[in-house]
Amino acid sequence: MRIAIASGKGGTGKTSISVLLAKYLSFESGQEVDFLDCDCEAPNGHIFFQVHLTPLKTVNIFTPKVDTSKCTFCGKCSEICRFNAITVLGNKVAMTFPELCHGCYGCFRVCESGAIKEDPRRIGKVYAGRHEDGATRIHLVQGVLRIGEAMSPPLIKAVLEEGEASSNLVAVTDCPPGTSCPVVTSIKGADLVVIVAESSPFGLHDAAILTKVVRRLGLTFAIVANKVLDENTLIHEWCAKEGYRYLGGIPFSPDFSMEYARGGDIFKAAKRMPEIEEVLCRITKMVQER
Amino acid sequence: MSDNKNGPREIVILSGKGGTGKTTITASLATMMDKIVMADCDVDASNLYMLLSPKVMREQDFFMGVRPEISRQECTQCLVCVDVCAFGAINGESLEIDPVECEGCGVCAWFCPQNAIELVENRCGKWFSSETRFGPLVYAELFPGEENSGKLVFAIKEEARRLAEERAASHILVDGPPGIACPVISSISGADHALLVAEPTLSGLSDLERVLDVCHHFHIKASCIINRADLFPEVTREIRRLLDEKNCTFLGELPFEKGVMDANQRLVPFVEAYPKATLTRRLEKIAARLAVL
Repeated sequence: MRIAIASGKGGTGKTSISVLLAKYLSFESGQEVDFLDCDCEAPNGHIFFQVHLTPLKTVNIFTPKVDTSKCTFCGKCSEICRFNAITVLGNKVAMTFPELCHGCYGCFRVCESGAIKEDPRRIGKVYAGRHEDGATRIHLVQGVLRIGEAMSPPLIKAVLEEGEASSNLVAVTDCPPGTSCPVVTSIKGADLVVIVAESSPFGLHDAAILTKVVRRLGLTFAIVANKVLDENTLIHEWCAKEGYRYLGGIPFSPDFSMEYARGGDIFKAAKRMPEIEEVLCRITKMVQER
Repeated sequence: MSDNKNGPREIVILSGKGGTGKTTITASLATMMDKIVMADCDVDASNLYMLLSPKVMREQDFFMGVRPEISRQECTQCLVCVDVCAFGAINGESLEIDPVECEGCGVCAWFCPQNAIELVENRCGKWFSSETRFGPLVYAELFPGEENSGKLVFAIKEEARRLAEERAASHILVDGPPGIACPVISSISGADHALLVAEPTLSGLSDLERVLDVCHHFHIKASCIINRADLFPEVTREIRRLLDEKNCTFLGELPFEKGVMDANQRLVPFVEAYPKATLTRRLEKIAARLAVL
């Protein structure tokens, strides 16, 4: 059972809710829960668990390297490559642009003289660690994209694979912001997607795009309104109009923000907010229904 | 990257972490700077246009890559396509193509012995060239779930540069995406300066360091403002230390204002809604410094 927490817009509270939910589910079930941090560009979940992370594996993607002693400069590699990552100039130079390569192996397969070698490119690392605090146990897996790398999805997949390999029954995925490939990779295959919509026109706009993505993938989803000011009902009304499952609204809280800011005890701060417990409880119910 | 070039200076607003105030600040700066062109490069979740009520002058479809289509008549189910696909995007039984996994590399079509796979151009979004009260704005709408391509960011920036030249603009203000990968790299490519909007939280600090490293990696000069700095002074101090350590210019602190949320609810740039606020005066100073950067 995997629950993905996503938002469209950044900074809506995905990480807070993911962290709280993982801990809540572990407490309720008495089992260890996987926390999969798929925001490999800017991972932050570990800040809220006292956890010692150790490197688990390095993630590489295929890029080509031309062995010019074997190359006949036929140009087929450059012809098959749709990403301009490999170019043959005349009968002398074969150049590769690894940062443009998508790792499709087209050049490798099409080369008749065996001149193309695999040159693994390190795009990031997967780290893992365990957190134990009284009755809650969390197994945290995190991907960290290497600075300057453009593509995070292969790394996200490596994080999700760790979750699949784990013997824990429940996993919470903290997703990256946005509505395109990194999010799609992170939510694909999830049993439930919780969309954390900031209670503002921006939050609504981006959550609406994300909802379209989630529906296109045929995933079950529900919506939480976060940082609600003055009992604003923007998100609730939108859900009612569209017929989307609404899990409740969490008010904007300076007290909670303070704990979040300094990486303090957001669990304690959350206990002072009944709305959070209500939302976590409803998510747990949805999990049990499935 | 070229520091002494003539023509408009391109400033990209970035943050690493999402929700630190990039769009709010971009919109406010735009109202206070002369001769600018704006570009919203957060194509996944573009919000800047919502604050600027643009009038769309030109709308263009954006095509990116190809999508394979298997002709059932010609297909002999030899499964070569399934074998050569590095992304496992073709289902070995139904021969259906998973649009999420497919990278559009076309390797399946190349190796299909029957030539039964056609590559169709993939329409993945639209971009708009528009006019606002503060100057032209170029923005885009990526269709939900499409590959967030650096190419769409490039298309937007190209149009913004064209408009900037046509209008003899002095600056291009680029509202950037969160994160540090593909769309961020495309957003800073060819830019003169990165303006980083930091948030005084440990998450914000960690993500700021990563985006600063990206700027260094690509040799883009960066300066930083700390938003809502008064909320968490301890983390603000840590950010200042990081900026010193990384030789990043500190442009100032912005105070927390509840009015920001109100202005955003009403979809008005903050400085227009609250012309007398302390935050407005601080933003004016930053706009003045950016103008001479």
